[in-house]
Amino acid sequence: MISTLADTATTIEATLQNWNISNGWAMFLAAVVHVALVAGFFGLPAGIFIWAERKVSGRIQDRLGPTRVGGKFGWLQALADGGKLVQKEDLVPADADGPLFRVAPYVVVVSSLAAFMFLPFSDGWIAVSLDIGLYLMLAVMSLEVIGVILAGYASGSKWALFGGMREAAQMVSYEIPMSICVVIPIIAAGSLNLNEIGAMQTGGIQNWVLFHDPFTFVTFFVYFVCATASCKRAPFDLAEAESELVAGFLTEYSGFRWSFFFLAEYASMFAVSGIAVLLFLGGWHTGIPGLDNSVMDGLRGDSSSFVTAWLVNALGFGVFFAKSALLVCVQIWVRWTLPRLRIDQVMMTCLKYLVPISCVLFLGAVIWPLALGTLFGTTSLWGSPAGDRAAPTMKIESAQVAPEFPQQVASPSQRESGE
Amino acid sequence: MTDQALFWIFAVLAGGGAVGVVILQDIVRMAFSLIISLASTAGLFFLLNADFVAATQLLVYVGGTLVLLIFGVMLTASGPFLRIKMSSGETLLGAAVGLLFFSVIAFTVIEVPWSDLPSHRPIDAQVTDQIGATSRPIGLRMLGVAADRSVGVHKNDAASKTGYLLPFEIVSVHLLVVLVGAAYLARTKRREPAAGGEGGDA
Repeated sequence: MISTLADTATTIEATLQNWNISNGWAMFLAAVVHVALVAGFFGLPAGIFIWAERKVSGRIQDRLGPTRVGGKFGWLQALADGGKLVQKEDLVPADADGPLFRVAPYVVVVSSLAAFMFLPFSDGWIAVSLDIGLYLMLAVMSLEVIGVILAGYASGSKWALFGGMREAAQMVSYEIPMSICVVIPIIAAGSLNLNEIGAMQTGGIQNWVLFHDPFTFVTFFVYFVCATASCKRAPFDLAEAESELVAGFLTEYSGFRWSFFFLAEYASMFAVSGIAVLLFLGGWHTGIPGLDNSVMDGLRGDSSSFVTAWLVNALGFGVFFAKSALLVCVQIWVRWTLPRLRIDQVMMTCLKYLVPISCVLFLGAVIWPLALGTLFGTTSLWGSPAGDRAAPTMKIESAQVAPEFPQQVASPSQRESGE
Repeated sequence: MTDQALFWIFAVLAGGGAVGVVILQDIVRMAFSLIISLASTAGLFFLLNADFVAATQLLVYVGGTLVLLIFGVMLTASGPFLRIKMSSGETLLGAAVGLLFFSVIAFTVIEVPWSDLPSHRPIDAQVTDQIGATSRPIGLRMLGVAADRSVGVHKNDAASKTGYLLPFEIVSVHLLVVLVGAAYLARTKRREPAAGGEGGDA
């Protein structure tokens, strides 16, 4: 694997190599461990949130929700659902385009799973750490729509085709404001590496990118609206719209293939919430000044062994998961309390409101540090400036670049002397 | 060895997908075959540690272009599953053009002295350190700072001092113009009769 994270202890591959396992086997085992972990992180939140959706929707509608499966609160409802769905017949309609109909759920679930490879769950807990992690994650997640369009087309049903068309129109439009919104915290942070952005927001809550400037604060909410739409969640669930299209692109699906779409939907909700937490809400830091560091020091003590480092990271994962789960619960809450928009209203919300708003926010976020710099001589109002926090990671780069500048300065005079 | 195996998997998928585009007759199956081919090409880029190019391949080609392609196909199709039937003349012409292009590429590939190329050396430690850290050098290169060119050797090399920011911006503005034009052409004209005496918009 390409886990090259210099500042956190070691990669799994390096750990295995320390145990006198040959390089080839270490690489293979590390790959297996990575895949298993990512698949676990992909499946577990999905199961929890399917249960949470039922429970929250029940409470909102003054019902109890699941109460019997697995004890008092119906903990095992998601598992029971899965067990039921596996037993159902795997139907392919006579009018459907068989191979495409069968392959569409895999396209959706694989692109959603692949996005989890680039999501850091705690400092250094990331399968593939890349400089362009965020960019790649968004690129992979945008492939989900291909599976939905294929499902809509290959079902051989008018309802499904309508659902697929709506999804295509919606996704192509909402990707624009979402991408612009994602760029704004990157301007504040100065990195595309999700792990770096998360690690930057250490210390108090004022160091979160959310409070970096007024534009990032507004951007968070715009991003969250776009992210909800990109997960096809109500009030933007035009692709399935039960009241108009039976079940949209899901109409002809049953059993395990149907459950794949749902697994991908809930996993994507967690993924976009995770991006929001990393970009705006401080990642795996609690945001209480001093708490993170004191806990870390208390746990580490004198020795910085593998176990204590792991414990610190596990606590970080708990914080990250709690924040992401909170955002997912907001998505669930919104779904069960707001009415569905019409398709023209969905497009209007995006093209007439979200795109201009995000463009203005982008412009503001670019001008903000410049204006602050000229007026007050600082690039940030409170907290330590992002540049300072990014400094440790930038040092290597500046060391590489430094020899270039004398050469650049010297070059015009050389050119003149040559002439 | 793992790299070799992965290379062959991706290479076969890329080639097989491309062949599928030619052989298959159902137009959406062709599009899916093209997705397989382009996505496998992205996989090949990943194997070369060119992660930025690979991500762009996924986003622009696999994501963007193909969604639009499927979109267009679904909008223009007259029947439920549109099929393309070619006449034998078209098949012959296509095969001739394909063969010509293949021979050009084949001759070029054979002519390259692969064993003498610097990239043929085994990856040294410095390169493995930089795996996954490609975005900053690319960004600096855009501004005209070439991190990979050492001092002294390329002193009078104009290319090492020129950034790509201006061409990049010009291309972006071109794309924006095309987008605005497309939106203008595609928008509904329904409002004009309703507007009536107020005069049509420009």
